[in-house]
Amino acid sequence: MKVLVAVKRVIDYNVKIRVKADHSDVDLTNVKMAMNPFCEIAVEEAVRLKEKGIATEVVAVTVGPKAAQEQLRTALALGADRAIHIETDERAESLAVAKLLAKVVEEEQPGLVVLGKQAIDTDNNQTGQMLAALTGLPQGTFASEVAVDGDKVNVTREIDGGLQTIALTLPAIVTTDLRLNEPRYAKLPDIMKAKKKPLDVKTPADYGVEVASKVSLLKVESPAERKGGVKVASVDELIDKLKNEAKVL
Amino acid sequence: MSILVLADLHEGQLAGATAHVIAAAQQIGGDIDVLVAGEGVQAAAEAAAKLDGVNKVRVADNAVYAHQLAEPMGALLVELAGDYTHVLASASTTGKNVLPRLAALKDVSQLSDVIAVDSADTFKRPIYAGNAIATVKSDDALKVITIRSTGFDAVGEGNNAPVEAVDVVVENSQSSFVKEELAASDRPELGGAKVVISGGRGMGNGENFKLLDGIADKLGAAIGASRAAVDAGFVPNDMQVGQTGKIVAPDLYIAVGISGAIQHLAGMKDSKVIVAINKDDEAPIFQVADYGLVGDLFEILPELESKL
Ligand SMILES: Cc1cc2nc3c(=O)[nH]c(=O)nc-3n(C[C@H](O)[C@H](O)[C@H](O)COP(=O)(O)OP(=O)(O)OC[C@H]3O[C@@H](n4cnc5c(N)ncnc54)[C@H](O)[C@@H]3O)c2cc1C
Ligand SMILES: Nc1ncnc2c1ncn2[C@@H]1O[C@H](COP(=O)(O)O)[C@@H](O)[C@H]1O
Repeated sequence: MKVLVAVKRVIDYNVKIRVKADHSDVDLTNVKMAMNPFCEIAVEEAVRLKEKGIATEVVAVTVGPKAAQEQLRTALALGADRAIHIETDERAESLAVAKLLAKVVEEEQPGLVVLGKQAIDTDNNQTGQMLAALTGLPQGTFASEVAVDGDKVNVTREIDGGLQTIALTLPAIVTTDLRLNEPRYAKLPDIMKAKKKPLDVKTPADYGVEVASKVSLLKVESPAERKGGVKVASVDELIDKLKNEAKVL
Repeated sequence: MSILVLADLHEGQLAGATAHVIAAAQQIGGDIDVLVAGEGVQAAAEAAAKLDGVNKVRVADNAVYAHQLAEPMGALLVELAGDYTHVLASASTTGKNVLPRLAALKDVSQLSDVIAVDSADTFKRPIYAGNAIATVKSDDALKVITIRSTGFDAVGEGNNAPVEAVDVVVENSQSSFVKEELAASDRPELGGAKVVISGGRGMGNGENFKLLDGIADKLGAAIGASRAAVDAGFVPNDMQVGQTGKIVAPDLYIAVGISGAIQHLAGMKDSKVIVAINKDDEAPIFQVADYGLVGDLFEILPELESKL
């Protein structure tokens, strides 16, 4: 079974972003970029399936600018066998990404597609669900456990009230939650080897997909700044403040 | 304009989030219908009919919609979306699971986690873990939107809207329900609680979370946690507050043994009053806390409980 993994290049999760002075967007100049944390978990899951002998090949795919090849090389260093870069400098929204991934699914015929549940830049949480709808494949979102069993996969999902387990027919789409696994770090020899692994470069036009969306970004602002308050010296003072100043008790 | 709101259910009952989504729909304007889909959901439909602002409730009560699995729910929404200009759901795990399917099948974008309505086509939503607020305009014919409950005050319950059955039944052979492990708790729901007390890695272990129980009892609070506490196995995942967990905005949020990582702040910084209890006086949580108490939580919590 082939496993397809979608990875996105995003701002490093430790970086505190700044909004541009003209409010047109956030300022990403000279900001550290990385693979979206949920995508790292997706790659790790695919590689583990290969190590267990369930997956035969792991293919990583990204949609983004030239620099996004860094994240594909990371995926290759972590154990993916080959990579597909769909190159575009346009802001590719979830729907366009899902359409492109649907084309790749059609071409590659994977048994399982693993995506992150959410990209930490746009915080959209929708690409995997859209891909499932477009391909007509079943979906297991927010997965904290994935168990392939013959022509089925059982997915345990993190839902608001607790955990839910569903069974899906394969091929299927899975999106990862944080507790699915703990991703490994790439070792230096693997990083060297990754440079030689195959990486195909395509464009959205190759797939006949229009990247432009009907949603326009009018403005980006900083949220209302929250000011730190005071330190209290004791539990008594805390209770007094909450009762008489904040009036929340 | 006409709006369809997908009702949020919790164990078959109407969840509190729905009243917030209807408030958002009212700001958009136009007729508001509510769709209640599931199995044995008549009571939920009647509860939805009481919500102010609802024009009518449509009920799809069928075994195929049990547990609101994504595939049949998406197909149902596509069938019903026809004449509406907007389809809304809460940004709950169900809303997030189902709504993007409708958007994709209608070939439109989805706006996730909307926190403010500027007009019928222009909305505000947080990006980058809430460190920026984007204003976005959608020119799609159908607007598909998930609503962050904390952005809108719930509507009241003085209505008596008509309830009508929807007889659309779809097929689903791709996905099936296996089991659910839902946390049983007498405490208020995290998302709707007026007071939330959360523990982090500083709690040390799951047993120590009991130190929060007595305080939560006295304050009628829900108990939350940081991701570190969930990851360490102290408490279950449904208690996680943050960018990738639950978003809360209670009147009072008490963070205990939580450092204040941006991903945690993303889930609670809109609380009215924030209290932080931490032994490290440089912990970033103090930068957003209205009242900070520096000290050992193992001494502070018992004292707090006894003095409340
Ligand atoms: C993609 C991604 C998504 C994430 N999403 C979330 C999310 O949704 N929610 C979330 O919370 N995190 C999230 N995180 C994790 C986040 O980055 C932090 O790692 C996490 O919030 C830290 O939890 P903590 O504050 O409990 O632990 P720590 O940072 O370890 O802090 C523990 C605190 O406890 C204090 N302490 C220790 N002992 C005591 C004592 N005896 N008395 C008083 N104080 C004490 C310490 O001084 C310290 O400040 C996410 C991370 C990533 C990468
Ligand atoms: N540009 C992209 N290229 C490849 N995968 C993507 C891209 N955007 C989103 N994804 C995938 O979809 C997941 C969820 O993203 P989103 O729905 O945008 O929050 C990510 O974790 C990726 O797995």
